[in-house]
Amino acid sequence: MTTSNTGPAPVSREESATFDRKTIDYIQRAAASGLYEIRGLGAKRPVPHFDDLLFLGASLSRYPLEGYREKCSSKTVLGTRFAKKPVELEMPITIAGMSFGALSANVKEALGRAATEVGTSTTTGDGGMTREERESSKVLVYQCLPSRYGFNPDDVRRADAIEVVIGQGAKPGGGGMLLGQKINPRVAAMRVLPQGVDQRSAARHPDWTGPDDLVIKILELREITDWKVPIYVKIGATRVFNDVKLAVHAGADVVVVDGMQGGTAATQTTFIENVGIPTLAAVRLAVDALEDLNMKGQVQLIVSGGIRSGADAAKALAMGADAVSIGQGVLFALGCNSETYVQGGQHISAVQDYAALGTAPGFCHHCHTGRCPVGVTTQDALLETRLEPAVGAKRLRNYLKTMNMELTTIARACGKQNVHHLEREDLVALTVEAAAMAGVPLAGTSWIPGHG
Amino acid sequence: MKAETPDSVVFDIADGSVRALNQFLHGPMGPTQRVVVENPDGAHSIAVGVNAPIEIDIRGHAGYYAAGMNMHATVNIAGNAGPGVAENMMSGRVTVRGFASVSAGASAHGGLLVIEGDAGLRCGISLKGADIVVGGDVGAFSAFMAQAGRIVVCGDAAENLGDSLYEAVLYVRGEVKSLGADAQFEPMTDADRAAVASLLQAAGLAHDPASFRRVASAKQLYHWNADAKQEY
Repeated sequence: MTTSNTGPAPVSREESATFDRKTIDYIQRAAASGLYEIRGLGAKRPVPHFDDLLFLGASLSRYPLEGYREKCSSKTVLGTRFAKKPVELEMPITIAGMSFGALSANVKEALGRAATEVGTSTTTGDGGMTREERESSKVLVYQCLPSRYGFNPDDVRRADAIEVVIGQGAKPGGGGMLLGQKINPRVAAMRVLPQGVDQRSAARHPDWTGPDDLVIKILELREITDWKVPIYVKIGATRVFNDVKLAVHAGADVVVVDGMQGGTAATQTTFIENVGIPTLAAVRLAVDALEDLNMKGQVQLIVSGGIRSGADAAKALAMGADAVSIGQGVLFALGCNSETYVQGGQHISAVQDYAALGTAPGFCHHCHTGRCPVGVTTQDALLETRLEPAVGAKRLRNYLKTMNMELTTIARACGKQNVHHLEREDLVALTVEAAAMAGVPLAGTSWIPGHG
Repeated sequence: MKAETPDSVVFDIADGSVRALNQFLHGPMGPTQRVVVENPDGAHSIAVGVNAPIEIDIRGHAGYYAAGMNMHATVNIAGNAGPGVAENMMSGRVTVRGFASVSAGASAHGGLLVIEGDAGLRCGISLKGADIVVGGDVGAFSAFMAQAGRIVVCGDAAENLGDSLYEAVLYVRGEVKSLGADAQFEPMTDADRAAVASLLQAAGLAHDPASFRRVASAKQLYHWNADAKQEY
């Protein structure tokens, strides 16, 4: 809620908590236009998150590792259940699926380059696989989405893993949306649709319905790929305990759970803010489901939705995830919401372009317009040159390396030689809500709400 | 169980060996290779992901996703086909002598799918450029969100034909119970009649092209509330 913090407000200027200025603006926009707002990125409302957890570092009762000298492994293997060739990564931080269409080809290339340099994976998105991302990515996860835009057997055979997307955290239960202004000739051709037409991706897959069909669909994908590559199943976080169990039953090698803070290229604001559960709660429910099935370690869990730092990754791993996936963090690393973009080594101000969208650096969520001032989420031939792939790749590589160093720093402090040895017992919660959601004790107590 | 005859390789999959069949089909193939599948008995994923100009005869009923993601191959199914027959086909030809279940030809990009009997719900859903000829009727929501390609229905169409249609064109000879959102009847042109004639000929079905009606998108959903001054 927006309130002034410059001293006590007089009663004559008291802002309503229920109808604050943001809410009034929302109502008046709806009244003027008769339309809901569509925007990019993820939930902006505050929800319990990894910030509400803390690590119990080593002391007398636990033995720490020496930072920088003693080895702490972050190697990560995904897809050990059925795949002949599991995905092997140098770090448990992967790049989430983002569509070519939402992002430019330059950005997709930058993601592939950075991921390959640090030894992690990238993921395609709604719209198919681009040549740029396949060539630049050592490990590329190929999404099978309800729309099946650009989906084809040659790319299936070129993929290092297949991710069947049931939903995403920003809009569980909703299909994709790519507004006509972002459909340039190449995007249109890849999706087999006319240029400039709004693309309403379906919410359900065209050739299967429900978990029993999914068993057979996954078998088909395995048959096509001769059982070589892992099959991931991605779900938006809602009824996570049951959905993870069904995904495991369907034969997934890896389950990806995306919490409500996860981003989108374009979705109704009311959907982003009001559907789905926080990542913090989703991780615990997913781990509970795997433990309940005695499948922990056999089926790997990737968690996404608002992962920003090595600390977030460490907390997700400690709660039982095998890896995390980042999307919006990637965009910010590339320069999303930055005041400037770089051309030939020079920083050039983009502030006027943000203003033209009615926003400013730090607040922009206008991915859906295709007018990204820093060239990240655009298909405009001129704007996309504002993100030079080499600059983007370097920034992203630095960000991923930083995150992984933070992760190993925390793991060493907790006495772990391997980041995957972090455990729930290493965590406490700062708030009652986080303690209840994460299933860890409130700091200074042994109390886990809901557990006695 | 695999056996070889002078002119073909025969897989009897009564023992459930779909895996061995598909592995063989994904290996090096001569251009005149012919593969016979005996005792399919409704097994799923028969001949999926084939990428060679070969002929495959399935001598019985197929389960889900028969000839899924087909490229180049000619696949004949002597019986009925389960859900998603020829899903995401890129090229080649798949013929179902009997009936096809739901989502026949879903999201297929190219090639020809012929169903001599009826097709179930959502036939040609999300179609992306392939041609489908159905000798009998099609179920509800056929051609849902179909983007490109043509569907010829020689019998009747159930509810909501062509819902949310993009650029695919449908030709129906019989009754249409109802059209889906944004689908409309349009006049048949000479080009339409020629297209229907050539597809019927390819499918081996004898009907008068003039007896078909054309259904295509009214394109009112192409731009989200395009007439309104909006913030998106």
